Amino acid sequence: MHRWSPQEYNVSPLASVIRFSTITNMTVETLARAQFAFTIMFHYIYPPLTIGLGMTLVIMEGLWLKTGNTLYHNMARFWTRIFALTFSIGVATGIVMEFEFGTNWASYSRFVGDIFGSVLASEGLFAFFLESGFLALLLFGWDKVGPRLHFFSTCMVALGSHFSALWIVVANSWMQTPAGFHLEKIVNGQHTILPPDHIITADDLGSMRAVVDDFWAMVFNPSSMDRLAHTLMGAWMAGAFLVVSISAFYVLTKRHKEFAQASLKVGLGFATVATCLQMVCADATARGVVVNQPIKLAAMEGVFHTQAYAPMNVVGFVDMKTETDHAIAVPGMLSFLCYHDFSKPVSGLLDLPPDAYIQARHPEATTPEQLTTLRKTYWPYVPLVFQAYHLMIAVGSALFGLVIVSCFFWWKGWLFNTDWWVSRWLLIALVFSVLGPQICNEAGWMTAEAGRQPWIVYNLLRTSEAMSKVVTADEIIFSLILFAFVYALLFMVFIYLLTRKIQHGPDSEEHEEMTQSWKDIINHDAPRT
Amino acid sequence: MDAYLNIIWFFIVGALFTGYAMLDGFDLGVGVLHLFVRKDEHRRLLLNAIGPVWDGNEVWLVVGGGALLAAFPEAYATVFSGFYIPFILLLFTLIFRAVAIEFRSKEVWAWWRQTWDIAFSLGSILSAFIIGVAMGNVVQGVPLDEHFELPYREFNLLNPYALALGGTTVLMFAMHGAIYILLKTEGELQAIVRGWIPYLIGAFLAAYAIFNVWTLVHVPYVWPTAIARPWIFVVAIMGMLVILNIPREIYKGREFIAFLSSCAGMGLMMATFGLTYYPYMLLSTPHPENSLTIFNAASTTKTLGILLLIAGIGVPLVLSYTISIYYIFRGKTKTLHY
Repeated sequence: MHRWSPQEYNVSPLASVIRFSTITNMTVETLARAQFAFTIMFHYIYPPLTIGLGMTLVIMEGLWLKTGNTLYHNMARFWTRIFALTFSIGVATGIVMEFEFGTNWASYSRFVGDIFGSVLASEGLFAFFLESGFLALLLFGWDKVGPRLHFFSTCMVALGSHFSALWIVVANSWMQTPAGFHLEKIVNGQHTILPPDHIITADDLGSMRAVVDDFWAMVFNPSSMDRLAHTLMGAWMAGAFLVVSISAFYVLTKRHKEFAQASLKVGLGFATVATCLQMVCADATARGVVVNQPIKLAAMEGVFHTQAYAPMNVVGFVDMKTETDHAIAVPGMLSFLCYHDFSKPVSGLLDLPPDAYIQARHPEATTPEQLTTLRKTYWPYVPLVFQAYHLMIAVGSALFGLVIVSCFFWWKGWLFNTDWWVSRWLLIALVFSVLGPQICNEAGWMTAEAGRQPWIVYNLLRTSEAMSKVVTADEIIFSLILFAFVYALLFMVFIYLLTRKIQHGPDSEEHEEMTQSWKDIINHDAPRT
Repeated sequence: MDAYLNIIWFFIVGALFTGYAMLDGFDLGVGVLHLFVRKDEHRRLLLNAIGPVWDGNEVWLVVGGGALLAAFPEAYATVFSGFYIPFILLLFTLIFRAVAIEFRSKEVWAWWRQTWDIAFSLGSILSAFIIGVAMGNVVQGVPLDEHFELPYREFNLLNPYALALGGTTVLMFAMHGAIYILLKTEGELQAIVRGWIPYLIGAFLAAYAIFNVWTLVHVPYVWPTAIARPWIFVVAIMGMLVILNIPREIYKGREFIAFLSSCAGMGLMMATFGLTYYPYMLLSTPHPENSLTIFNAASTTKTLGILLLIAGIGVPLVLSYTISIYYIFRGKTKTLHY
């Protein structure tokens, strides 16, 4: 559905040297989307860690101030170092995101600048400066300022990271459920306000923009608060499980015993709270999708036929040829989750979007066959959305199970009993649990973003209409290669430095050698001598 | 009132990018000089001197970009998509440089440190150079079409004038960074850098003079605009005086005032540019009717008003804690631990 040709300006000096695009035969749209997906998914490893670890630091330092126990002080100092690492990679990759709106998505920026821009500027002013400014104090200020001022800095850094989530989720939610704006057409300097039900046509593109009517309606658009809570809980989980994972590793390898146990308790407590709250937030977000984006919901669950007592799929796949889903399912559960009523029908993709919607956009379509063909152009790529969503649900549920079992072990006093094989396996599971929230966050992003295709701004602007007109496929491939290279390097730095910091461990304890290898941990009880 | 908001935002966006130049300018400048310092411990000290602040300095770039998108979306879209390859390279060099800062001191092997030292220094030089080249093209104007798009594939961004500003920017940041090193270090390292200062100032002043003359000769709108707006002469001459004040302060041993002079010099240079360029956001040559101005590139008055409110709350906060942080970390750099 290209309504304009991005190839209009295709006379790149780079293209004359290397014709990447003739090799790969990919369009600018595919490449720009691939680049955005790659850079945002890489970036999105870090901000959730920053948000979650920020909260953990507030808890630990608060406990230190309250109890005066130096154990908590050591803890705060150790986790601050890990925090700093995730923060700096988050900043470096975040600059890329902001540039990309302009470099790759210039038409989008022209269309939404009036709205998206103010939100992004708020993020910069309120969140980034707060975070980066106080981070210096948090990191290097232990001996320069008093404990109370230091605690204040820690709170400000955590607050800043939450603010950044607030504004960027607001911006993204506006793209999912636009509100508080009107459309404006500019021809020869003349501004015309368009009615709310105006359908954007090919003639409008390039001379049309969305304009703020009501700032607060825009901020509190129908999906923003649900999605913010959902995102923040995902972030808390990411930070909490990182603490859990590293502490469990210390417990298993019998290092920094006191520190490890206390740290694991704090981490596990926080992880439990975050995971339980996430159940509530996830439910609210999904029910918002039911109301605001029924096509996305149908794609998430692979529902093709509108049905009452709709089943909830647990694991399976969708067949786009026969337009059916094959899955292990819980009968009636989807209807219940969507409407809290088993008998209510859930709309299927074969009825979405409704005929009237299609006819309004395509007056030439009259026969049912034409409508059916056109309907599919308003669907996302269903198998991707389905699998991403189910991956998130499966891993999220596993994490929920894991914290419940771990809390039970903690209550029973079995959690740190590394002599017992059951506790040992649980600790091993906790070490790997750090991957869980990361998988959920990435899969959740994919569900939300792939699920709203073909739109970049829901029902207003298509992704294919949002690219930069002057940028060519070759240039995007060139930049994609550069980013792949530098991000691979960055990821190596991250893993390398993280490993070093873990090996170094908390201060004020003598360095201990690893007392047990992984094999020993799994196979037998006695420490190797 | 409407026009005032556009003018205010023209000023704020300019101020943010000026802030970026003043702040990230010195840590990029330290990077430019990095390889000329031979001793390992000295290089380490240089990195420690910028350690607590370079991250925060880069945030000014993010916020400047964000403010440009918010207040002048058309200008943001045109510049960022039009300068695609240079901006991607800028991102690449900035990240590469950040990686080098993190990696460099983690192993003691000479080849390891040498590699990351080169990466850090090259990343810094190229970042400064690309910023200068982009500015050079903005100053002289670019061939925008009637949709305000920049089909720069028909246009050479690496033209001599832009390259000259790229070089001048590298020299300016190098001088700025050297003054910062004087402020933050002592002993042998400070003595080494002190020895370079006259040459750095001399090189920058020469480049600055050449660039100014070139601008007057090469960029047709500058002289008539300056005649029409005599204020420009006042600001430009103040800028020159402030820059000439740098060697004087260095000579008298007042490094902090020299650093402030260097910052003020950058600010006044940007102010001269802003006063001359107004009301353009991006000048189109040879078809000035296709130019983006602070009016046709701007968001709605309503949004500019909201943004002003946001900035009114945010900017004083930002300034107060930025100054506090620099105050807390004042004094000479030792080896830092966290």
